[in-house]
Amino acid sequence: MIKVEWFYWLCGLLFLFGAVLTLRDRSNSKRYGSAAFWGLLGASFGYSTFVVNKTAPAWVLGLVVIAMTVLVGTGQLGRGTEVSTSLAEKAAAAQRFGNKLFVPPLVIPLGALIFAVGLAKIKAGDQPLLEKGSETLIGLGVSAVAAAMVGVIMLRPPSVLTPLKEGHRLLEVIGWAAVLPQMLATLGRLFTDAGVGTAVGKVTTHVLPEGSLFGSVVVYCLGMALFTVIMGNAFAAFPIMTAAIGYPVLVQTFDGNPATVFAIGMLAGFCGTLTTPMAANFNLVPAALLDMKSRYGAIKAQLPTALPLLVCNIFLMYFLAFGVL
Amino acid sequence: MLVLIGVLLVVVGFALRLNPLVVVTVAGIATGLLGGLSPGKILNEFGNGFAGSRSVTLFIVVLPVIGLVERFGLQEQSRRLIGKLTFLTTGRLLASYQVIRQVTAAVGLMSIGGHAQTVRPLIYPMAEGAAERRYGRKLPEAVQERIKGHSAGVDNVGVFFGEDVFIAVGSILLITGFVDSTYGLKLDALHVALWAIPTAVCALLIHGGRMLYFDRQLDRLMAVDGPPPALKKKEADR
Repeated sequence: MIKVEWFYWLCGLLFLFGAVLTLRDRSNSKRYGSAAFWGLLGASFGYSTFVVNKTAPAWVLGLVVIAMTVLVGTGQLGRGTEVSTSLAEKAAAAQRFGNKLFVPPLVIPLGALIFAVGLAKIKAGDQPLLEKGSETLIGLGVSAVAAAMVGVIMLRPPSVLTPLKEGHRLLEVIGWAAVLPQMLATLGRLFTDAGVGTAVGKVTTHVLPEGSLFGSVVVYCLGMALFTVIMGNAFAAFPIMTAAIGYPVLVQTFDGNPATVFAIGMLAGFCGTLTTPMAANFNLVPAALLDMKSRYGAIKAQLPTALPLLVCNIFLMYFLAFGVL
Repeated sequence: MLVLIGVLLVVVGFALRLNPLVVVTVAGIATGLLGGLSPGKILNEFGNGFAGSRSVTLFIVVLPVIGLVERFGLQEQSRRLIGKLTFLTTGRLLASYQVIRQVTAAVGLMSIGGHAQTVRPLIYPMAEGAAERRYGRKLPEAVQERIKGHSAGVDNVGVFFGEDVFIAVGSILLITGFVDSTYGLKLDALHVALWAIPTAVCALLIHGGRMLYFDRQLDRLMAVDGPPPALKKKEADR
């Protein structure tokens, strides 16, 4: 059975390789701190396997994670200034290879397609070929490796390690934002454990207008969006807002169609995701990846869509879920 | 209620533009302590949270191939290609990408696109290349920044409001799983997915419309920035 853990180890190895590169990169004025950061990150990816299996203590990993934050907070993470090829060399290579250059990156979606449509249902012996629940991730991992191989065969880079070096260069552009999504997931857990969710749920039920269907729909949808802004994740908001308003008020008292109420409620939460830096993997990582001047560039682009779409969700729920039309 | 201070810390930290990684870590520790968790338990939570959420970082496995092909001029080739497809303006390109992303996500092909796989190597250089072709010169940084923002945003809007139409996606399974086990309902995932369609259509119209309108905004931004060099030359000739 192909396991998703293999690909986490692959990520870990990429980080560790990056740490070695960084250590030898004299163009990076903070190479020791930076190498420590990537090295700790790489080691964490492997160690995490044992934490998930409960064969190693989690607090050790907790200390490592906090150490990475300290490295970033004290300004010890930097990036090298060496460039791989000049703009002129890139233009010449583009001239030479032309549209063939699109082949390796297109292997990724093609692979994803093959995995989603074909391989997800195949069995090896009495077990499924791909680990259950991780089919998409495995498809992405396998396709990425295949794409890199196709790239090396087609383009004949100076060394087979070139893709790894170039990959690390992109990783340096992302920098600390690479760890942020996982750190936010951790914050979400701590919020839940400490009872932030129930506290917010209590606050929203206080503002609930008694007996008004439209008012209740507004509070549920706005609550989903706001809660998602705070937690960075509509999945964390859904159980709490649904327990506070969605089920008892909208479904039980006003007799709403549960499928409609919950589907649109979740999408109201997604409108919140578009507007929050807490959803780092969607909003802050791409800003880093595209080297934007403003960290919040993606959010600024999305805000004028998120607000009207939230209003749409409120009206759609009101008109579609309660037989108003 | 005291635990809400943690939320406040995040809001203030982000508003002051402190490093988000530091803000989030400090807020996590503070919330845990206010919520009565022991330091040992908090460290455990950091470890378990990190280990359990590695899937969000898995996208980095595509960076080697993207980096390799960029070394050989992928972004430049994306610009050259868009130079030939003259009917594709920046806005039309972004709107088309949204349609593709939304439709493919709706049939379960979420990893077909993404910021690392498609936006950085293909969509952003094409969107910028289309604008450079239209105005015949390099774009000022503020305009580049707008195009970058929209290139990232269009991927998010497309995938968010496409994926929920697919029955086997996380959010649909979370809805049915939570509601069925908590309230003893028997929700059909297909019904939940179908009720995501009206919002998907709204997202397509609102954001797609904005992308098409973005062409006109670009016209205005570039007019303020000065006429294209071709015009300037004519004026100089006179």
